[in-house]
Amino acid sequence: MDAISERTNIERTSERELVVTRTFAAPAHIVFEAWSKPELFKRWWAPKSIGIPLLSCEMDVRTGGTYRLEFGHDASTSWVFYGKYIEVIPNARLVWTNEEAADGAVTTVTFEEKDGKTLLVVHDLYPTKDALDEAVASGSTGGFGEQFEQLDALLIALGAIPVER
Amino acid sequence: MVQYHQTRFDASFAALSDATRRGVLEQLGRSDASITDLAEKFHMTLTGMKKHVSVLEQAGLVTTEKIGRVRKCRLGRSRLEEEAGWIERYRQLWDARFDELDKIVEELNQKEKTDGRNK
Repeated sequence: MDAISERTNIERTSERELVVTRTFAAPAHIVFEAWSKPELFKRWWAPKSIGIPLLSCEMDVRTGGTYRLEFGHDASTSWVFYGKYIEVIPNARLVWTNEEAADGAVTTVTFEEKDGKTLLVVHDLYPTKDALDEAVASGSTGGFGEQFEQLDALLIALGAIPVER
Repeated sequence: MVQYHQTRFDASFAALSDATRRGVLEQLGRSDASITDLAEKFHMTLTGMKKHVSVLEQAGLVTTEKIGRVRKCRLGRSRLEEEAGWIERYRQLWDARFDELDKIVEELNQKEKTDGRNK
């Protein structure tokens, strides 16, 4: 069943939800490891093509644990994203809040193993329809320069609104 | 500006939530058509199709123009493309991320196999 697309799919599944899916050629515990160990996570979460490095990455991946990600070229112009893991089921499910914005999404990642492959589903649920509309709308206005950078940072945090420090 | 965009996106996503309306957009993507043509193609009454076209028109996804006694519909391209553009950009971010993740997963997978054999 290689018909399962290995391409990244994205869909707005409802007024408040965005869903991203992809299949990985490895068992769930391996994919989960890359999501839950900071030294591995920071190697892929901010890919080079995005142009904004991850300055620091602290993650305490357990129910009730917190995370803090800092993006930018230097500390004076960085964006910080933070929140809490509200549910962690090893090798199966991660749920975290995005607290840098008042109406940030709750992100749920599920790892579903089948025939040695893992279907990964990233699900962003916004508190209101307006919050998701705004994430989409602000994405459409970005053009170049600083705005583009902000948009990238915005997208990196799964559509949450960045806090400038 | 944000307000303007928000209202527009609201209307667009509501318009796109209906299968018939998505079909109409697909149809208009191939060629312009009159409301009568569309009603026939989708086996609907003229009144029913007028309602659908009106929703699409309010969302800016379709423009209509009365030519003689016929109302011609065509795709209002720019807004659709803008939304598709945002979604595509977001998809590209995840795609880039997942390409990197793929490498790490492959690396861990190999390591586990090697470690397994050495035990």
